[in-house]
Amino acid sequence: MSTLEVSPLAPSSGASGQPKTNDFSIQVGTVNGSGSQTANTVLLRTIFQMGIPVSGKNMFPSNIAGLPTWFTIRASQQGYIGRRKEIDFLVAMNPETAREDVMNLQPGAAVVYDEPLQLRALRDDLHFYPVPFDKLVAPVCPDAKLRKLVRNMIYDGVVAWLLSLEMAEVRNALVKQFGKRKAKAAELNWGAAQAGYDWAAQTLTKTDPYRAERMNATTGKVIIDGNAACALGAMFAGVTVVTWYPITPSSSLVESLIGYAKRYRHDPETGKATYAIVQAEDELASIGMALSAGWAGARSMTATAGPGISLMSEFIGLGYYAELPVVIFDIERVGPSTGLPTRTAQGDILTNAILSHGDTRHPMFFPCSPEECFSMSMEAFEFAEQFQTPVFVMSDLDLGMNSWMADPFPYPEKPIRRGKVLSAEDLEKLGSFARYKDVDGDGIGYRTLPGTKHQAAAYFTRGSGHNEKAQYTEREDDYIHNMERLAHKFETMRSHVPAPLVRINDRAKIGFVAVGTSDYAVRESCDQLRQEYDIETSYMRLRAYPFTPELKDFIQRHERIYVVEQNRDAQLLSLMRLEYEPELIAKLRSVRYFGGMPLDARTVTDEVVRQERK
Amino acid sequence: MSTTITPASKKVNRIGLEVLNYKGSKTTLCAGCGHNAISERIVECFYELGIEPWSVAKFSGIGCSSKSPAYFLGQSHGFNSVHGRMPAVATGAMLANRTLLGLGVTGDGDTASIGLGQFMHMVRRNVPLIYVIENNGVYGLTKGQFSATADVGSTLKTGAPNQLPPFDCCALALQWGATFVARSFSGDKKQLQSLLKAAIAHNGLTVIDVISPCVTFNDHDGSTKSYSYVKDHEEALHELDFVPFFEDISVEIKEGEVRDVALHDGSHLKIRKLAREYDPTDRMAALNALEQAEAKGEVLTGVLYVNTTRPNFIDVLNLVDQPLATLPESVVRPTRAALNEIMEELR
Repeated sequence: MSTLEVSPLAPSSGASGQPKTNDFSIQVGTVNGSGSQTANTVLLRTIFQMGIPVSGKNMFPSNIAGLPTWFTIRASQQGYIGRRKEIDFLVAMNPETAREDVMNLQPGAAVVYDEPLQLRALRDDLHFYPVPFDKLVAPVCPDAKLRKLVRNMIYDGVVAWLLSLEMAEVRNALVKQFGKRKAKAAELNWGAAQAGYDWAAQTLTKTDPYRAERMNATTGKVIIDGNAACALGAMFAGVTVVTWYPITPSSSLVESLIGYAKRYRHDPETGKATYAIVQAEDELASIGMALSAGWAGARSMTATAGPGISLMSEFIGLGYYAELPVVIFDIERVGPSTGLPTRTAQGDILTNAILSHGDTRHPMFFPCSPEECFSMSMEAFEFAEQFQTPVFVMSDLDLGMNSWMADPFPYPEKPIRRGKVLSAEDLEKLGSFARYKDVDGDGIGYRTLPGTKHQAAAYFTRGSGHNEKAQYTEREDDYIHNMERLAHKFETMRSHVPAPLVRINDRAKIGFVAVGTSDYAVRESCDQLRQEYDIETSYMRLRAYPFTPELKDFIQRHERIYVVEQNRDAQLLSLMRLEYEPELIAKLRSVRYFGGMPLDARTVTDEVVRQERK
Repeated sequence: MSTTITPASKKVNRIGLEVLNYKGSKTTLCAGCGHNAISERIVECFYELGIEPWSVAKFSGIGCSSKSPAYFLGQSHGFNSVHGRMPAVATGAMLANRTLLGLGVTGDGDTASIGLGQFMHMVRRNVPLIYVIENNGVYGLTKGQFSATADVGSTLKTGAPNQLPPFDCCALALQWGATFVARSFSGDKKQLQSLLKAAIAHNGLTVIDVISPCVTFNDHDGSTKSYSYVKDHEEALHELDFVPFFEDISVEIKEGEVRDVALHDGSHLKIRKLAREYDPTDRMAALNALEQAEAKGEVLTGVLYVNTTRPNFIDVLNLVDQPLATLPESVVRPTRAALNEIMEELR
């Protein structure tokens, strides 16, 4: 190894004088299947445990091993945890992508790389730190087969030294990651991290400005992905029947639930399960089972993504028309057809709102954080039974599969309510009931569950035309009456769905409207617009469809509304067009991104500025 | 002159219900449709066995056959669902409430064409369900197209012949591991009754393929699913007597060589040998017999196969004994301590 290679030149541009503390993004470029996940999680956790707000996003291919994958970590003392496009700190481990990754960096960025890649010749405006990974890994990992995996921990050590990360927290993160049962693996990895750190301390000269410093902004918080949070929400909502078909990016939701249910949902005496989780043969079967379980009184759910949604379409129409409760977790991914299965989008909004043939309308909840994944999952089960209809929980790959900081979830204090279900005792008093009669004026009928021990309990559920008594009919007045009641039921939902969160700025002429994970980019963009362009903004984050009256008020009080969403065709905006009068629609503008990466603030800011200057 | 009229005491079953309690609404199927006869058998069987109607859940897909659950067991919940997807619907309901007695009625289009995949997986799971295929080889509701169970050479009403080989739903179910497989004929009252009663008592899935002629579209000379064809070609494997658990086993059994099948609820199916030797616990023999019958153009009826030992799907899942649907909050919502423990692990 030449002395020149390890003693980096200061870049000719990009002053390194001012230290940049707790405000940087790290990108690790590796090969899928090389075991870098552990090293990346440890890095993320170390920053988190130092009290610094942090987020981690995995950009991975639809592949088991061999294709490039990137993990980005953003530390932000201001608490911005959305994706940032600009990378400050690159760890280049993948020969396939290293050159392109380096060429994409902004001047002044730092590059830790595997020495044989010889990247420093590419540019003279970056801080290069070549590391002889193979030489460092051999002494700390005698077993050659494990070296490919352990190697990654060396960059954790190098990065820790360069960014002033506390090694004690690296160790804590490792212990957390491996648990007590894998203490040996934790020690092996710790040895590698230390070797990297010691080598860097002895060999490197730090020239870049990025550094971490302990804060206390993460005290008490947890790190969790949205899918696990949804699974916990479902478990604490008392879900009893889960039927699913594996599909990226939703699979880990049910797999988390399987893990938690095994621990917490077995009868302590008999060991028997208080839930059924069934992997179906396809999405037609998974939604069919879930709907019917809901019909029979279970709290039931399925989890899927776009292609599964397409397959479920017919059954969802039955669920709407026969009025069956079920919760469908749609972890959205990119594209029509197979699309980009491992990239994120908000691409099913319009489809799900009116999924299936004929006239249908479905409620959707839009969580934006693990906290909301937990709380809205519980609300969705209540809502499905209250309104006797399928409910979509609209998450996405970014929220579902990436690691997020979150406040610990509060224990649900409200008792579980099962909606309008008549018992045998109720029937004894009533004498009879009509399944689809609007007794209370809210559009919601009363139902009975199969197995209810009463001669008047039974009714016949069908997807064909039915009257108030659930009898077959082809009469036009019966059909119209029933469909109008269903429309009325949908109107009733407006005052029961999760309300939007709104920040009104009295000086703002423009307002943002967004849902779900667009929130992080929009909030940061609001700050960018004020700081960089002196543009004031209001912001309404919608949390459900159907829209509540607050949205109309919000549009009315601003001159222009930017609807931000992660799809090509302005799906959320299109739903607004369906409801509002032309004067309101004329105020709506669209900011769209659909490239599959988590939405970043700069993209939003640039587009708003472009449209404002027109 | 005065007469004292003694009201004729109404006939009731062992739980005090009249046969009226087991009837449904008036059928809208064609007069003479085989499906109506099957509905009548269902009414009789559930009445005679004294099944509580409210403990039964009826399922169907789409088609003429799938309309029929409205015409029997009016005091049971029913679910007329989506074409070919009744297996999923029945499975979901049985997961939610394992104490239900599931009764599915479907057709050959529902089962052998659009729903073949779901049929397979239901069999694979051994869902506790009575699965009655009302098989007429033809699509009735769409006015007379062939289904996948139509025999090669059988003709449409227009005279057009079927050129593709049929699926034999019984043979398929046998290959996929079904635990109770039978074939019958809607016109064979006694055999169908015994089979339905045995199905009620069986722990697991029962597939009963009932040849049920379509009087409007498939009862002509060129059809192999017509009344006259089946009457002429039916080959009963054996004679069946069902002895319910609440009756003395020694009564009413005719003499002859009899095989006794003890069923899950304590009932017995007595299988009396006819012309040939047949072992209904031998799966390969069943497949052979079906193959040979098909070659001869025979309709082989009776219990093709029965296995009373394999656990059903609900048992395999190790669910609690009570219905999942109505478990109380104290059971389905883990404790505050559990949530705290989970959160601690994520810190």
